[in-house]
Amino acid sequence: MSQPIVSVNHAVKTFVVNKGLGGKKYVHAVNDVSFDIMPGETFSLVGESGCGKSTTGRLINHLIVPDSGEVYYNGQDISKLSEKQMRPLRAEIQMIFQDPYGSLNPRIKIQDQIGEPLLLHTDMDPAARLKRVHELLRLVGLGPSHGERYPHEFSGGQLQRVGIARAISVNPKIIIADEPVSALDVSIQAQVLNLMKKLQEQMNLTYLFISHDLSVVEMISDRIAVMYLGSIVEIADKRDLYAMPVHPYTQALLSAVPIPDPTVHKERILLEGDIPSPVNPPSGCLFHTRCAHCTELCKQQVPPMKDFGGGHQVKCHYAEKFSGKSAEKTL
Amino acid sequence: MSEETAKVLDQEPLYADAEALPTAQNRVKAFIKKFSKRKAALVSLVFLVALIVVAVISPYIVPYDPAAPDYSHMLEGPTAQHILGTDEFGRDVLSRVMVGARLSLFCALSAVVVGTFLGTVLGLLAGYYGGILESLIMRGSDVLFAFPDILLAIAIVAIIGPGTVNVIIAVAVFTVPSFARIMRSATIQVKGSLYVEVARSLGCPDRRILWTHIFPGTIQSMIVNFTMRIGTAILAAASLSFLGYGADVTVPEWGSMLSTARNYMTTAPHLVYVPGVLIFLTVLAFNLLGDGLRDTLDPKLK
Repeated sequence: MSQPIVSVNHAVKTFVVNKGLGGKKYVHAVNDVSFDIMPGETFSLVGESGCGKSTTGRLINHLIVPDSGEVYYNGQDISKLSEKQMRPLRAEIQMIFQDPYGSLNPRIKIQDQIGEPLLLHTDMDPAARLKRVHELLRLVGLGPSHGERYPHEFSGGQLQRVGIARAISVNPKIIIADEPVSALDVSIQAQVLNLMKKLQEQMNLTYLFISHDLSVVEMISDRIAVMYLGSIVEIADKRDLYAMPVHPYTQALLSAVPIPDPTVHKERILLEGDIPSPVNPPSGCLFHTRCAHCTELCKQQVPPMKDFGGGHQVKCHYAEKFSGKSAEKTL
Repeated sequence: MSEETAKVLDQEPLYADAEALPTAQNRVKAFIKKFSKRKAALVSLVFLVALIVVAVISPYIVPYDPAAPDYSHMLEGPTAQHILGTDEFGRDVLSRVMVGARLSLFCALSAVVVGTFLGTVLGLLAGYYGGILESLIMRGSDVLFAFPDILLAIAIVAIIGPGTVNVIIAVAVFTVPSFARIMRSATIQVKGSLYVEVARSLGCPDRRILWTHIFPGTIQSMIVNFTMRIGTAILAAASLSFLGYGADVTVPEWGSMLSTARNYMTTAPHLVYVPGVLIFLTVLAFNLLGDGLRDTLDPKLK
């Protein structure tokens, strides 16, 4: 196997909240997360709102730095770099954001915004930049004359195309797509996802795809990591994960995916209670408060990540029981 | 990737090219069209432009020499000869307010320009960088805020002496803190927006983020505050002249005219009304213009 393009190693990120009378409190946004992303693949992070998906994406992009742990890009630890040292690398790590309106400056023409990475990271002259911007606009299904316009003159789907054009303008190696289609309606979602797939093939891109939408994730991903309360509970190939989810949380999550066939009846696993507060995460296994299979062990001990081979990793004390396999190794 | 690009270029674009391109010219037209719907602001603009034109060309169009006394026509009310009457030395009031507009507007405008520039830079830096720099700038402006505006201006003029330039400095100094505060909050607001985070993720250096991405987002608050502060500055400059801290007393100025007219308020009230109403109208016009610009400049209100 080749070297991972991005490797996150035991990253931890907490945010301070509420410096009130009771002293400081911390939100454990990302709690001991490790994973590798291979060149050319689409690696997805799924989980419900507030589980730390976006924070993880921002850690890789160096928009925030981890409290502990490391983030490697092509073997280089970027988590300790200063903003200035990081800047040249930013050409290779681009981002697409959830909110297409908010991620574009309302006062700057579309063509200047798409050309901004070119301005920052290449020494093209203005004419060459404009030519490249027109190329990019065509590439994402817009026309060159759209470049003269301002963001408020576009629809959400068009703006997301603009965001994609900007992200690919400097031929990045990896694109972090933070819920890129969640703000769009379903027909536009498919268009944008197809565009992303097409560009991936053409430009040999690697995606980190962050989403809460399991059907979208199923369409685009190669490998999937499921997050719960700031930590990854299961990582697997897409086929393995959808065919044989091991972690009880993954099972519950997948059972909630609607099947567009009224004759199919399936058992839905309903989780009891709410997601615990990340300010006071539960002891032991983070999922134990809602798990149907919870035991004393789960309440007391944090389960280790167990590797079942083929890249299938599960963070559960009883993963062997659920999968019917024995773990190859414990990480 | 040029080969792949060429391949894709053959495909039809998903969205047809924009037909009617909004060119820069169209944009100006759209702005004028929208602005002209705001009648109050439009009238204010016309009034202010007329006032500035009159102020600039006043030495050539005044009916009388504004400094020439005429002891046979002292303290006369409006007559056919002197439309706005004469003052205590028989000088033509119309000529004097026309020439006086120069100094009044010049003082106020230049003071606010200087104050806006300093206040904007300080506010942007404080809002963007935060930390010690922000504390220093904002505590500094709090200190200036602690004094009532006019008292501060008087104190400054008392220290550096009267005179046109010193009045400008004094008014500029008390314009700075309010601008710094407004620009700081505008900066913090824009700084928190997603597109600034995006700019950072694209690899923009701080200076570019600040001037290309944040500053244009704050211009709106700046312009509105600018026009409003001109009104205040005219009042302040006039007040300073009124109190005798202004420029050379022989040069007509609205504030000093008002100040001397006070002595004849009962016998020749027109001497008070003319500069008083002009100050009032000018301040009002600048405020209405500011309101109109604020409503027109917001790109989201289109």
